[in-house]
This record gives sequence, structure tokens and C-alpha cells, in this order.
Amino acid sequence: MNVSMEKASDESRIVLRAEGVWKSYDDGAISVLKGVNFEVIEGQTVALCGPSGCGKSTLLHLFGGLDSPDRGHVSVNGVEVNRYRNLLHLLRYEVGFVFQLHNLIPDLTLEENCLIPAVAAGVDRRIAQARLQELATRTGLTHRLGHRIQKLSGGERQRTALCRALMNRPKILLADEPTGSLDEQTSAAVFDLLLEVVATEGVTLVMATHDRGLAGRCDHLMEMHDGRIHEPVSA
Amino acid sequence: MIFLKLIVTNLRRHRIRSFISVAGIAFSVAAMLTVVTVLQGAIGMFSSILSSDSEIIVFERNVSDLFFSSVPTAAWEEISRWPMVAHADPVLFGIVSSSDHPIITCFGVTASDARIRQNAWTAGDRLAFAQHPDDVVLGERAAEFLGAKLDDHLPIGHGVFHVIGILKTANGFEDGGVFMPLNSAQAFFHKEGTSSVITIKLRNKDDAALFKSTVKARYSNLIGLENAEFTRSYSQFRILKATAWAVGGCGLLLGGFGVANTMIMSVFTRIREIAILRVCGFSHLQIAAVIFGESAAVSLAGAVMGLLTGSCLLYALKLIPTLHGYVDVTLQPAILLIVTLLALITGIAGAFYPAAYAMRVRAVEALRFE
Repeated sequence: MNVSMEKASDESRIVLRAEGVWKSYDDGAISVLKGVNFEVIEGQTVALCGPSGCGKSTLLHLFGGLDSPDRGHVSVNGVEVNRYRNLLHLLRYEVGFVFQLHNLIPDLTLEENCLIPAVAAGVDRRIAQARLQELATRTGLTHRLGHRIQKLSGGERQRTALCRALMNRPKILLADEPTGSLDEQTSAAVFDLLLEVVATEGVTLVMATHDRGLAGRCDHLMEMHDGRIHEPVSA
Repeated sequence: MIFLKLIVTNLRRHRIRSFISVAGIAFSVAAMLTVVTVLQGAIGMFSSILSSDSEIIVFERNVSDLFFSSVPTAAWEEISRWPMVAHADPVLFGIVSSSDHPIITCFGVTASDARIRQNAWTAGDRLAFAQHPDDVVLGERAAEFLGAKLDDHLPIGHGVFHVIGILKTANGFEDGGVFMPLNSAQAFFHKEGTSSVITIKLRNKDDAALFKSTVKARYSNLIGLENAEFTRSYSQFRILKATAWAVGGCGLLLGGFGVANTMIMSVFTRIREIAILRVCGFSHLQIAAVIFGESAAVSLAGAVMGLLTGSCLLYALKLIPTLHGYVDVTLQPAILLIVTLLALITGIAGAFYPAAYAMRVRAVEALRFE
């Protein structure tokens, strides 16, 4: 009884789910995901580890609605991500992305880059500014708000990308090699901040990474090989 | 604000490309403004010739050009006697030539014509007009370019005429024209017993409809039109206006292609940026708005630059002595508005394909390839 209640409780807390997901490119010539089954419970931090091309990024893209599976089902917050799903709502409010290459707009300032999701969602300017201040304080970027992206260091850029991803208070953060372009020291610092912020904000984190050292600091570490997820490894 | 910055950022990023696009629209707008304004001015001047102290013009129905119109003198004499008519003045238009000046407009008029009565005579005596068949009066500019002065004997066409006066008129056509007594002009142009038009001044303007219907009933081959009606319906004016707008439109179309080219390049060079905006939650429409905003900014800047350039050009044309009186630099608000709107529409139309392309950008593909 106790076990089934626990199961039911876990079931209701699943925020990301992939069921038998297949994905290939070039008309099936390149098979990236081969029947992936994957679940993430609310508030967890999960690392996807594996070699390049094993499908980590593709899986994140599927969860963000940026791509669609050939077969199988992907759902976020209990709702399947397909063409009937409001993908704008998903991208604006439910998930945030952080990429390896920060993907900031170079001619805009740090502040303007961070405010882009708020502009997209039509968030009131004052509310957006207050949120930006909150995130900038948390990530130590308040003194850099007016600076252009070109003037920022790699670590600052990635912290900016983190602020932007969390601007509209999504409860899921999808991070694709977030420290992949940083040196070891900066990488560790940014990752510390990432874990701290997701914990403070109560955000679920799914991170694709090569770095087993960083991956080991997540709640769960999933191994991906050849388009499949292997049994979770306890961190 | 960020939306605006996203629009302006890309223009600033590619300054030379943006400038070339703006210049393309600007030159098109300037050309359109200049051509349309000059032609409108010319039409206005021609209309004012016909409307000198008159409200209605009578001419031959269905004639393609007033130079070919033939109104019998008998009709003029009869219309003059109608009770609603204050006065009726026949005018015969013709083209004469002199050495070095192959085209000079000639006006065959009576001594009672408003042009003879009301314009300022800088030389000669207006009472002397039409006393002798070989007398002519010159417009001030005609006297200038013909190098003629009072009492000169001037070879015009196959005849030699005595200059008995020089008059100054604000109308460029008239100022560059030769005024002959009507009978002399009829003989000179072999149009005895006819004039090109009759200009009518009514005793009461409210009788215009009655006058026109009376002309229609009495003379099946003649038509009477109020001045505004004439300006609107005269086929030569319509052809001129259509030509002006067509020439300007072609220029603008070329400018539009320039904008389209710029916008396509703009979209191609910022595909990654568009993908980022998509990932941040920008809708297709918001992406399109950025692209359309960019093209609208180019068009608007081009329109403003073009209007300034066109205005300067018109003022420069006005300063050329030989064009004095021909160029009316009064910029009509309607023309400014139409030209600006056309520039905007052209620019925005040029952004349709680029915007559609931008809307189709798949974020996942754009981001996958570094």
C-alpha cells in the first residue's frame, strides 16, 4: 500500500517523460535515438552523459519542442509535446535552454539579452526588470548589466545565458553542455552557480555533458550510448 | 524598446548594405516626387491658361489634344450672346518656331482676353493690341530667349511680326509664349473661322450645369467642362499623370527589389539569431515583425531622404532660368503622403519573402550547426 502510494506520488511528480522515442536524420540514414525511455521527477538534477552524437542534445531538443520524434512520445509537465501542443507556451514559460555556445545576441547588452524571453511573452516591463535584478544579483552580474556581450568573459556569458533561460520562471532547465566551452576553473564556478540557482528556484535540471566530474554532482546520472539510455547510475 | 533594437541592430551591423538600400528607395522617391511634381505643375499651368478669368472651357468633343480642337467662330458669337454668359473668349493654340527655338507656344486671342487685359505689360501699350495683323506681344521669358525687344521685327515661322508689347505673367507657358491677334493666328495656322477653345465666364457660377447642358443640346460636337472637370478628364493630362506615376512606380519597384535583396541577405546572415529568438519564445509573427520592421525602417529612412533630395532637386530646377515658371515647387501634401506610403508599401512588400523564410527557420537546425 505504502509502496503503491509512493509510486502514484512519483508518477504525479514526473515533469519530463520520453516513451519509446526514436529519432533519425537524413531520411533515416543517421539514427540518433533508438527507443529512448526516460523520466525526470520534479526538482531533480539529471545529467545525461555520453559520447558526442549519442543523442543527448537531440533528447533535450525534443523536450523543448524544437524537434519532434519519428516515433514514440515526449511529454513535459504531463502534456505530450506534439503539433497540437502550444509550443510557444512551452518555450516561454515551461522550459528554459542553456547551450554550450551561450547563443546570446552579440550587439545587445547583457540586460537586453536577458529580457528577450520577457519581451517574447509580453511580460510587463517593471516585472521583467525586477526579475532581471533578482537573477543578476543571484549570478553576480549586476555590475555588467549595461555591457555588450562582446565585453563579457566566457563565464559571464554563460551566466547571462542562465539568467535569460530563467527569466520567465520556467520550472525546467535544459542545459546542453553548459560548461563545454569554458576552462576547468570557470566551468566549475559556473556549474556551482547553476546548481545553486536551480536549487533556489526549485527548477528541474536536465543537463547533457561530457564532464563526468560535474555530472556526478547531479542527483542522477544517465549514461547514453548509441541512441539508448542505460540504467541510471546513482550519483 | 528591445524589439526596436533588434530591428535597428541588424541595420547598424551592415551599415553599407543598409545605406545602399536606403539610397535605392531615396532615389526612387526623389525621382517619383520630382517627375510627379513637375508634371503636376505643368498640368496646373496649362489648366491656369484655360481658367484665366473663366470658369468653363468649351472645346471639340472627343478631341485627343486641344491643339487639334476646332470650335467655329459662329459658335463663339452665339454663346457670347447667351444671357448666362458674362463673357466668352476664343483662344487658338498653335506652335510656331523661330531660329534656335523650334517650339514656341502661340496664343491667338482677342483684345478682350484676360491675358491681354490683366497681365502686367513691361513694355508697350495694351490698347495697341490687335490693331494690325502682324503685331505680336511676347511673354517676358519669350522676349528674353528670343532676344527681342519692343518695336523689333521678329521672324516667326514664315512671317515677320512686329513686337508691340512684352507682358509678364506668372504662368510659365504664357511667359514663354507669343500672343497674336486671333484673326492673324487663324490666318497664320490656316484655321480661319475657328478657335481651339472658348473660355467662358458666367454671370452666376450656379448656372454652370445649365450652361453645359445647353452646349450639349445646341452643339453635338462641342463639350463644356468646368475647369476642375477638365483637369480631371482631359486625356492628355491623364496620360501625363499616369506616365509620371508609372515612371516613379518603376523606380520605386527597383528600390523595392533592393530592399528585398537586403532583407534576404539580412535573414540569411542572422538565421542563428532568429533561432535564438525562437528558443526564447518569439512567435512566427514576432519574428516576421522584426523583419518587416527592418524593411519599414529602411523604407521610411529612404522616403525621408528621398523627399528631401526631391525637394532640393525641385528647388534647383526652379532656379534654372529656362525652366522659370514651368516648375511648380509647391509640394502637395497628398503627393508627399502617397509617395511615402508607396515607399513603405514597396519596402514591406520586399520583405514578404524574407519574412516568410525567417518564419520557416527551424531553430534546432540553425543551432545544431555552429
